[in-house]
Amino acid sequence: MNTPNTSDSNTPDGKVNLFQADMASRYRTDGIFQAITWTSIVIALLILAVLIIDVLMDGLPFINWNFLSNFPSRKPEQAGLLSALAGTIWVMVTVAVIAFPLGVGAGIFLEEFAEDNWFARAIEININNLAGVPSIIYGLLGLQVFVRLLGPNGWLFELTGIDITGGRSILTGALTLALLVLPIIIVSTRESLRAVPDSLRLAGFALGATRWQVVHNQILPIAIPGILTGTILALSRAIGETAPLITIGALTFISFLPENLQSPFTVLPIQIYNWVSRPQKDFHDLAAGGIIVLLVVLLVMNSTAVLLRNKLQKRF
Amino acid sequence: MNSDPTRLDSLWSPNRKASKRSESIVRFIFGAFALVSVATTIGIVGTLIFETFEFFQEVPFWNFLTDTQWTPLFKSAKFGIFVLISATMLTSTIAVTVALPLGLFAAICLSEYATPKTRQIIKPLLEVLAGIPSVVFGYFALLFVTPLLQNIVPGLQGFNALSAGLVLGVSITPLIASLSEDAIYAVPRSLRDGSYALGATKRETIISVVLPAALSGIVSSVILAVSRAIGETMIVTLAAGQNPTLGLNPFVPIMTMTAFIVQVSLGDTPAGSLAFKTIFAVGMTLFLITLVLNVFSFWFVRRFREKYD
Amino acid sequence: MMNESINTVTTPEPALRTENLNVYYGSSLAVRQVNLDIPQNKVVAFIGPSGCGKSTVLRCFNRMNDLIPGARVSGTISFRGENLYAKTVDPVELRRRIGMVFQKPNPFPKSIYENIAFGARINGYKGDMGELVETSLRRAAIWDEVKDKLRESGLALSGGQQQRLCIARAIAISPEIILMDEPCSALDPISTLKVEELIHELKQQYTIVIVTHNMQQASRVSDLTAFYNAEALEGGSKVGYLVEYDRTTSIFHNPAEKATQDYVSGRFG
Repeated sequence: MNTPNTSDSNTPDGKVNLFQADMASRYRTDGIFQAITWTSIVIALLILAVLIIDVLMDGLPFINWNFLSNFPSRKPEQAGLLSALAGTIWVMVTVAVIAFPLGVGAGIFLEEFAEDNWFARAIEININNLAGVPSIIYGLLGLQVFVRLLGPNGWLFELTGIDITGGRSILTGALTLALLVLPIIIVSTRESLRAVPDSLRLAGFALGATRWQVVHNQILPIAIPGILTGTILALSRAIGETAPLITIGALTFISFLPENLQSPFTVLPIQIYNWVSRPQKDFHDLAAGGIIVLLVVLLVMNSTAVLLRNKLQKRF
Repeated sequence: MNSDPTRLDSLWSPNRKASKRSESIVRFIFGAFALVSVATTIGIVGTLIFETFEFFQEVPFWNFLTDTQWTPLFKSAKFGIFVLISATMLTSTIAVTVALPLGLFAAICLSEYATPKTRQIIKPLLEVLAGIPSVVFGYFALLFVTPLLQNIVPGLQGFNALSAGLVLGVSITPLIASLSEDAIYAVPRSLRDGSYALGATKRETIISVVLPAALSGIVSSVILAVSRAIGETMIVTLAAGQNPTLGLNPFVPIMTMTAFIVQVSLGDTPAGSLAFKTIFAVGMTLFLITLVLNVFSFWFVRRFREKYD
Repeated sequence: MMNESINTVTTPEPALRTENLNVYYGSSLAVRQVNLDIPQNKVVAFIGPSGCGKSTVLRCFNRMNDLIPGARVSGTISFRGENLYAKTVDPVELRRRIGMVFQKPNPFPKSIYENIAFGARINGYKGDMGELVETSLRRAAIWDEVKDKLRESGLALSGGQQQRLCIARAIAISPEIILMDEPCSALDPISTLKVEELIHELKQQYTIVIVTHNMQQASRVSDLTAFYNAEALEGGSKVGYLVEYDRTTSIFHNPAEKATQDYVSGRFG
């Protein structure tokens, strides 16, 4: 078939002669193209590997019990990330407590209760836009609203003498991060609810249940694995964030453990940032150690999310 | 007559009132939760406008746009925002130069060449890359990439836009790859078949038929990635430095908009001071740029998406 | 069982000939034992109920089935005496010579001009492109409707126009055979009529194999008709086979098989 031996017959205007497809060179280009696409993937994954190996080589020697149980210090050999680890856990739990009900509630409202009117659409567009706002802008919001307006010597304090947030506190950080990850939780809640087939809702309504009874008893139990997965991913985004917390003024040198929500705090990414930005090599290696701890925390959270998704998800 | 005991009316006393009440309470509370997102937007915009307005009471708008120096913390303060914008554009341009080919080719590979099995391995790995916190990328840029590049590029300084931009590019590659892959994957099979039936090879089909059909999704993914790069903070703060200079030299320290906000935030700046207002003015600029990009990306998809059913 | 009838209707060298053709998807047999000759410059219709394998056989003729993972054939298909599935045959090159029109119009998201020029360009067409575009569109009887908007998107056309654009696209690369997979099933009756008229025109120059669900269409456009049927296997899968292949008039008015009679008279399928 490689030779155009039929060009003399049944070719109404002899056009076959006009086609000179150079198959060899076309296939060569195909091969090069495919190789380029594979190379891109290999490059991306190679960089990931190099990054992780680099961090492990620098930081692994520093990972020991003292590193986890010491407070930060000006002496690298004594420095640890106890306060950062504690701060990260405090902030993460507080973010979860705030953002989970808010995000899931808003998601349920938008997906199950809201009619399809301009109001619901406006909220949806608004959420899409919020997801694209740089995280540092949330930091500015937190600085203004939670530190200044609702903190000590703030506007509310002057009016009523109540200090809600305590200034540059765990609560302020958690509120800021909660607002930051809220769009992620709302969107994943809506997607999980949407994945539940409508027939289940109709079956519930047909039995005379109200909408909330249907959602609460029939829909949520099915959607909850997806919602939890989305929430965990949102939380892992939150604990990796540095910029908004720096902006609200989270301190970098904390040598005590937080006592309550109004305590000053630091978190792992800020501690890492602090160590990286120092000139001494020893602190850089401590930073690598901190990165390992942070990545392990993230890895544990993400594996939990994946396990949850695979284990609990019912298929329809 | 009716002998079925379950049909006795006395056995059925649904508390319709209570369930109706809980229905409206739930509705009200969850509706209020949904409004939190609106309140967030209002809070962001309100905060930025308020402080930016205050800022322009002290700094003439014209100077903000035209000064060629950015020295807000000096005695003779200068507020030329383009110094910071040029730095942000420099790092973002380098980033997209890296991320666009890398992400797009990766998307093509995943969607068109990789077997389902390989895809199942590669996609989670790219998600890992996407989930690396930016402070970790910052560490990598400053302490691994820069020393490495200093062996190759003579005169490369310890802080520079090049390393920051390159690593920033790696960090947004998964975003382009994943969104572009969705767009490429969504191109209907019938279009590919049409191309193959004309005697096109796989590469010819991808380049001439599939990519044009997925163009709106690809462009929008790139715009979103640019927006992400512009708003990124830790990589550029750590690796590109904090030295506000106007110019596009990628080998010297610069200061992006986000890096400036971090610099001021790290110091103890009293509320109400000009420096405090300045970070909001910079934040406003940053917010507007990313907003325009996000809206444009959204509009682009709606305007140019080809409808296939 | 078909040898007699085929000898009466074919020219000495058929455009396509299948011998003991079996098509498999993975391990399951989709179509078994198809033997038929497709003569040059005739229109051959494939009819039959859903799942009878008529489209599957059609897609073997330009090796589109190669693109489906796990699809394979046994037996032989010869194209002008050469084995289509021989190792030396390049399916990409082959598809230039055996064109295809699909069930749903699938113009590329490009201009009308580019839709036509694409196939010619990749196949190394050395002639005048503008002329080729015009000739192809004229032959597909759509030139008058689009000549003023060649730069507009092919997707802006109506469904019927899109399908004729796809036919123009197929003939632009001068195929010897055109395969049509239910080309009118997504079209309205008037567009269908136009495509059918077009098939009549194209018959002068091309060999056409058309799969159709519409028996009136088969009787209107084709010279020969092949009737396929499917039978259930153990385990629920279905396998298609060729029941009868003859002149269209014979199939519709005097079929040899009872199943054909039942099908064309609308008693099943």
